[in-house]
Amino acid sequence: MALLEVDGVHTYYGNIEALKGISLTVEQGEIVTLIGSNGAGKTTTLRTIAGVLRPRHGTVRMAERDLTKVPANQIVRMGIAHSPEGRRIFARMSVKENLEMGAYARNDRDLTPDFERVYTLFPRIKERLRQRAGTLSGGEQQMLAIGRALMARPKVLLLDEPSMGLAPVLVELVFKTIQEINVQGMTVLLVEQNAHMALSIAHRGYVLQTGKIVLTDTAPKLAANEMVRKAYLGEE
Amino acid sequence: MAAIVIGITNGAFIALIALGYTLVYGIIELINFAHGDLFMLGTFVCLTTLTLLGFGTEVGVSGTPWWALVIAILAAMIFCGVLNMLAERVAYRRLRRAPRLAPLISAIGVSFIFVNIGLFWQGPTPRRFPDLLPQYDFVSQLFGLHTLVRFTFKDLFVLALAIPLMLGLAWVIRSTRMGKAMRAVAQDSEMALQMGIDVDRVISFTFVLGGVLAGAAALMYGLYNNNTVFTLGFAAGLKAFTAAVLGGIGNVTGAALGGFVLGLLASLTVTYAGGQWENVGVFSLLVIILVFKPTGLLGQALGDRA
Repeated sequence: MALLEVDGVHTYYGNIEALKGISLTVEQGEIVTLIGSNGAGKTTTLRTIAGVLRPRHGTVRMAERDLTKVPANQIVRMGIAHSPEGRRIFARMSVKENLEMGAYARNDRDLTPDFERVYTLFPRIKERLRQRAGTLSGGEQQMLAIGRALMARPKVLLLDEPSMGLAPVLVELVFKTIQEINVQGMTVLLVEQNAHMALSIAHRGYVLQTGKIVLTDTAPKLAANEMVRKAYLGEE
Repeated sequence: MAAIVIGITNGAFIALIALGYTLVYGIIELINFAHGDLFMLGTFVCLTTLTLLGFGTEVGVSGTPWWALVIAILAAMIFCGVLNMLAERVAYRRLRRAPRLAPLISAIGVSFIFVNIGLFWQGPTPRRFPDLLPQYDFVSQLFGLHTLVRFTFKDLFVLALAIPLMLGLAWVIRSTRMGKAMRAVAQDSEMALQMGIDVDRVISFTFVLGGVLAGAAALMYGLYNNNTVFTLGFAAGLKAFTAAVLGGIGNVTGAALGGFVLGLLASLTVTYAGGQWENVGVFSLLVIILVFKPTGLLGQALGDRA
């Protein structure tokens, strides 16, 4: 059984159907990526999994448990942590407090190993613990958002556009770190506009177009697919 | 000088009530119009409690019945905390996703309900609040100075209660798990939800905190001014709201500061221009802030908003 299963999900914004029957699976230990253009429904898919949006039809199952009935503030306790689009760190709290908020739902209170893990992955975060999170650079805020999600010790990490607005060097660094987190055993569902980077680290991928999955395959095969190359990799 | 002492002491009540406005605004962006009337009901709870305990009039009382004051303040704090929480539950929670005007009107409705409960409870005429604190003036009796300036035991009592309460609130917001959750909800409630925070509970807690402070302010007000009336909440609420705006609405430090500034301004206006100008001074200030610095004195430092 897959760790995370999205099955026939339809999500609406008011009367607008944003997801028109999305089904996908994420296996333990994988990096799975959702690629597609603006408005294809990538973020909506993640937000539906995270419980911020509720599907009108279909189910989301985590380790065979139906999440569509779980209150949004309990989703993180089911093992799902979300690093959302636009990072949405708590700008007026300190960097340290942001990380503590990430671990808010945990019952065990010894966070030392988790702090250490975040510091190892993102040494720059450690230098800025006392600073207000809003004063961090874009790249640092992205690292903080990922670090905050890791503090929950999730089974699945949902990453939404981690490359958005970052300089190429930083994009490189962030993707390397995602890969490293994955090698340490974390399952990742990654939403990206930067299809090239996403496919270079993912195991499998889904291509979304106007609320539907139009293609799925292993990442290398998607990267070689002509339609993908033309539409999302900017190649002729 | 005399005006300054009175101003600071009055500023302490105003600050405590203003904190209730700013806490709630900080977390759900609602101007809780019923808050002043909650404070008024708090003074009634104190009066009724003291009456039940046999201190409704100070006749025959020698010395200050501290235990009765402790019971009265606790009664008012619990009453106002619980009532404020219930008001949120009944009148605001369902409207959280509605346009902003809807909960505002709902709050005005709650205000009317509170005022009429007060009217029914203690009648339309001002009620005398027992004068139970020692009549001791530090300036004349301790230092032997006979001037117009008085710093009485009452002033000390109010400040000795209000300042620790404010510091306590600051500590709760800064250092406790619930305080951190409050700040997270205030900044981004959807993300707070994703962190596993029970947002409804945090909002309830915020209303309880605001109510508890109003309850404490109620006993202080009663013992200091020795009267209360069912319309008290309107004026007190408007002043406190002005203080909250002055400090930067949503900013906790700002509300405390705004309370003291406003208290001083009001008492200086009364002294130098006459009592009839008090509200003119206060609300002119409100207009001036709204025109020239709508974010308030500490509006920039929104980081401290709870």
